[in-house]
Amino acid sequence: MTTITGAEILMRSLELEGVDVVFGLPGGAILKAYDSLYDSSIRHVLVRHEQGGGHMASGYAHATGRVGVTFATSGPGATNLVTPLADAYMDSIPVVAITAQVASTSIGLDAFQEAHTWGISMPCTKHNYLVTEPDEIAAAVHEAFHLASTGRPGPVLVDITKDALTGTAAFGGRKIIDLPGYKPSVKGHPKQVKAAVDLILESSRPVLYAGGGTIRAGASEELVKFAERLNLPVVTTLMARGTIPDSHPNTLGMPGMHGVYTASTAMQKSDLLINIGARFDDRVTGDPDFFAPDAAVIHVDVDPAEIGKIREAQVPIVGDAKVVLGQLLTQVNKRLGDQPAPEWTEWWSTLRGWQEAHPLGYVQDPDGPIQQQHVISELHRLTSGDAIVVAGVGQHQMWASQFWGFERPNTWINSGGLGTMGYAVPAAIGAQAGCPDDTVIAIDGDGCFQMTFQELITAALEGIPVKVVVMNNANLGMVRQWQRLFYSERYSASELSFTNPDIVMLAEAMGCVGLRADHPDDVTATLEKGLAVEDRPVVMEFRCDPDAMVFPMIPAGGSNDNIVLGPEDL
Amino acid sequence: MPQHLISVTVENKPGVLARVSSMFARRDFNIHSLTVGPTEDPTRSRMTVVVDGPVMEQVVKQLYKLVNTIKVSEHAPGEAIEREIMLIRVNADPQRRSEIVEAATLFGAEAVDVGPSTVTFQVVGEPEQLANFHELMKTYGIVSLVKSGRIAMARDAKNQKQQRSA
Repeated sequence: MTTITGAEILMRSLELEGVDVVFGLPGGAILKAYDSLYDSSIRHVLVRHEQGGGHMASGYAHATGRVGVTFATSGPGATNLVTPLADAYMDSIPVVAITAQVASTSIGLDAFQEAHTWGISMPCTKHNYLVTEPDEIAAAVHEAFHLASTGRPGPVLVDITKDALTGTAAFGGRKIIDLPGYKPSVKGHPKQVKAAVDLILESSRPVLYAGGGTIRAGASEELVKFAERLNLPVVTTLMARGTIPDSHPNTLGMPGMHGVYTASTAMQKSDLLINIGARFDDRVTGDPDFFAPDAAVIHVDVDPAEIGKIREAQVPIVGDAKVVLGQLLTQVNKRLGDQPAPEWTEWWSTLRGWQEAHPLGYVQDPDGPIQQQHVISELHRLTSGDAIVVAGVGQHQMWASQFWGFERPNTWINSGGLGTMGYAVPAAIGAQAGCPDDTVIAIDGDGCFQMTFQELITAALEGIPVKVVVMNNANLGMVRQWQRLFYSERYSASELSFTNPDIVMLAEAMGCVGLRADHPDDVTATLEKGLAVEDRPVVMEFRCDPDAMVFPMIPAGGSNDNIVLGPEDL
Repeated sequence: MPQHLISVTVENKPGVLARVSSMFARRDFNIHSLTVGPTEDPTRSRMTVVVDGPVMEQVVKQLYKLVNTIKVSEHAPGEAIEREIMLIRVNADPQRRSEIVEAATLFGAEAVDVGPSTVTFQVVGEPEQLANFHELMKTYGIVSLVKSGRIAMARDAKNQKQQRSA
């Protein structure tokens, strides 16, 4: 058999996995791989910082459901991936990172650009590899894609030494996967499925608590059918926005710290939580000791370790959300036959009462300042909601989740678990690269924007026409909100500037269109102008109210019985 | 804090010990002792971990979550054969030496090194046996002590059944 270099084996292995785009940045140790990439059909997007490449891979994976791939060289290249890997790990996003390592003969000698990438990345990846021989590359890459995309998805890193990339070996295609300890459960235990349905039919205040797992599993269709067959109220976590349409009558919206009153309170007063692919995150539960005190729990998760981690489950079901929802639906139909869905009359009337009493809302003073909710609502109206929305982290993220009506899965991309500021711009670029025909809009804050805006140079040069809305309130808005509410208005180190940087000039300097509105009257026209740009990235800056606060709010560690609906409740 | 005894069968691959100990650190689980070594199958290693903590459910699940983990078993007290080895060096003036050696012999300890003023014993046994010997030797003055950490193996299933029915 003829032999080829490790670098060529790497490229052929990636091609066999169906990779169409890689986000990365070359350097010394990975040069050989980039040399082979030069001959490959795989598109490479040259990023300005490896963190951007990692988030692009994540945005790509979020939007397409396929594995996102990022390349980085040894040492600082690899350490710059730590944040995106930790981010993807928290949110169960399938990402494969290929990093180069110094030659195997130099490992441990503090060689130039050497870092212990394998050890550094271990706690923030689902699994990782150190490959020192060219004939081990094919198997490691294939296993990495398998691990990243099956079971509970997550990031996998493959660190390949320089001499493994330059050395040669025979390439026989994809290797058989040899992972004797890795057998994720797919189908739920039939006995548990039966027990779950029994419990649901006995309950009087059930809530279907849908998490990001329903989106990762592609289970939206089953979720909606199941909710409809049982007429269940559904709450969608921050990671699950769009898993059931917001326009669906059974949807109550997002629960938790900045959730809709009815969604949080429904969970709190529920007697049965049907958790599908959520993890009782502290942003949902508040203090878990006071969370949903009367509720029994059915917990469906592909990761057994999530079940019982925070909240004991009376009916634990390990399995894939899509498959288990299918099983649950079959069992419900078996139990109910031709009978119509249960009405839960009293429960629904209570829920409708709360919805009426405590809707989400905001007031836009026509004289200004601009409220972010107004920008988001206008943007939604002008696009008819037909866009992929990507958010950074903070106030703008919460308002985007609250005021954008999501109608389908994979159209809301954000950093939920890790809360990574600066996520939006690169993740939007990755999403746009994966979905060139969709409108991709990053809704960002000025603080987040200044962490990663340099990737707009990447977008402009690579012809990736993302749209970025910067909610400029000249502050780290959520920090300011907490300082106002909990730190006696002592605004320590949270103030930025409206004018520096000049975001419009900055956008233009990076090859994007730059637009600005600082009065409510100009919001619509600015958005229209920005949305019409198709040949370049566009940055729309809105100078917003620095004193606006996100409500409802459940102060951190508090009980979900005490929802603060507005400043008057404080 | 209660202790639990867990056997973990893992793939015999570089770095698996680091994965396990990193996971324990990351999840804030406390390791009392951890031993690792080869098994009857060269592709597998077995770890015996003694863990401090009230409940092992999360420990077991998080161990299983590691890709290289093949099997995790928690042993109920008395269910497994448990062994530990200890080397202990004690002060032993020539006048007291025979007294110390005699006491040690009762515990099945073996003198493995003798110096001008010390004797070093090796004891193999159940953790409790080692603890008792340790206590006894304190009266003579311990110069140095090292323990292997516990290894354990479940009792033969047939044997267990017979014991239960007996």
